[in-house]
Amino acid sequence: MNNKYLITAATLLALPMGSALADAKFDKMMQDSFRSVGIASVDRLKQDAAQKYCSDPAVLAGKGNPKQAESIQKANMATIKQPADGKYIGDWKAGERVAQSGRGATWTDKADAANGGGCYNCHQINKAELSYGNIGPSLWNYGKLRGYSKEVVTYTWNRIYNSKAYNVCSNMPRFGHFNLLTEKQMQDVMALLLDPNSPVNQ
Amino acid sequence: MRQHWTRGALIVSSLFVLQACTTLEPPKKAAAPAPAPQAAASAAPAGAPTAEIEKYRAMIADGNPSDLYEMAGEELWKKAMGPKNATLEKCDLGLGPGVVKGVYAVLPKYFKDTNKVQDLESRIVTCMERLQGFDGKEIIAGSFGKGKRKDVEAIVAYVVANSKGATINVSVKHPKEKEMYELGKKSFFYQAGPMDFSCASCHADPGKRIRLQDLPDLTQQKGAALGWGAWPAYRVSSGTFWTMQYRLNDCYRQQRFPEPIYISDDTIAVSMYMAVTANGGKMAAPGLKR
Repeated sequence: MNNKYLITAATLLALPMGSALADAKFDKMMQDSFRSVGIASVDRLKQDAAQKYCSDPAVLAGKGNPKQAESIQKANMATIKQPADGKYIGDWKAGERVAQSGRGATWTDKADAANGGGCYNCHQINKAELSYGNIGPSLWNYGKLRGYSKEVVTYTWNRIYNSKAYNVCSNMPRFGHFNLLTEKQMQDVMALLLDPNSPVNQ
Repeated sequence: MRQHWTRGALIVSSLFVLQACTTLEPPKKAAAPAPAPQAAASAAPAGAPTAEIEKYRAMIADGNPSDLYEMAGEELWKKAMGPKNATLEKCDLGLGPGVVKGVYAVLPKYFKDTNKVQDLESRIVTCMERLQGFDGKEIIAGSFGKGKRKDVEAIVAYVVANSKGATINVSVKHPKEKEMYELGKKSFFYQAGPMDFSCASCHADPGKRIRLQDLPDLTQQKGAALGWGAWPAYRVSSGTFWTMQYRLNDCYRQQRFPEPIYISDDTIAVSMYMAVTANGGKMAAPGLKR
């Protein structure tokens, strides 16, 4: 009986210690393996709660803790700012340019250079563009299929601003949250998706 | 890249033809299949455009400019150089001193003399240090395509070409190999930076692509064999031969990470994860990539 307890206690102790050791080794490896270049400093290796949670292959395979996921989503939702001028829909032509450009935020980019949204990297959007990716869902006919209600508009804004507010391990970058796109750029991308005159909704 | 263009007018002109083909715009007639409106919310299907890319690849597959790097690499391997005026012919890349044939298929692996798991590039640097007396730190601090690192790249092409068709067979028997694999797996899934990307963001699902570029699922044997097995490769869009270290460097750049240090443990660990996952596949490198 005593032995059994001892073994159990030893196992419980050994497990976290083993993984803590592995974590320490991993952290040291990362620290020693990267260097800051231009705007891409080593600070970027620090993870926030969502990044940490979604770095576990088991979580990505759908075995995460739903409560933890929900609390991280909530925290992300709380960071979303609605457009300061109250306008959600900009210019779809400018939005198409933002969607086409995949530039920005690498160590070869300047801090003051405009970023792109890189939307076509992962999404089908305007059907005239054949070179599109399929990591994200197709956005063709986005507004036409969903309508142009306030709910749809706000949801779309929030998704672009911080996709992890809805799906903690969404592959979509948090464009507003990390200042990857300006408010105007987001309004223009909104127009590409939600202006009834945008080619996306024809 | 530019330096290699001077190697022959013939090569230069043929590369212009290759470069002109790299916009990856398929002919307009090869329109993507029109998805039904109700399918709009699901993932877009891979279709005709990727088939066009396959045709393009087949078209340029004959006459891989990697040949030039291989030839330069063989010369460098056999040439006495450095403070010790020695060749690399006694360099042990993993199958014994001087053995080049088939060795890329067993790398990365544990080396007793350095007490480290090493990939091909870190091992070549070790041999340049120990046999020839070069300063490895200079090579690490340098840039791709320049100085001694340029020599390493050519030697990589030579060594890799000698493993073409070999079955990938990377060991995790040594505790350090097992540990490197685990660290590499962890790194592969490590999300960070302003775009929340990890390697897994793009390479952990089958059938995915960015724009028209197919993305191998590197977490599965089939995808890893395809991905790991085709690198190093000649990169048409940049007009240069890219080693695996160069490939990883650009992956991390696009992930918006800080720059991985050349032959650092992380780059070797991620290589180890990919190579072990690819075990059983065939080495097809040097490949030819857009």
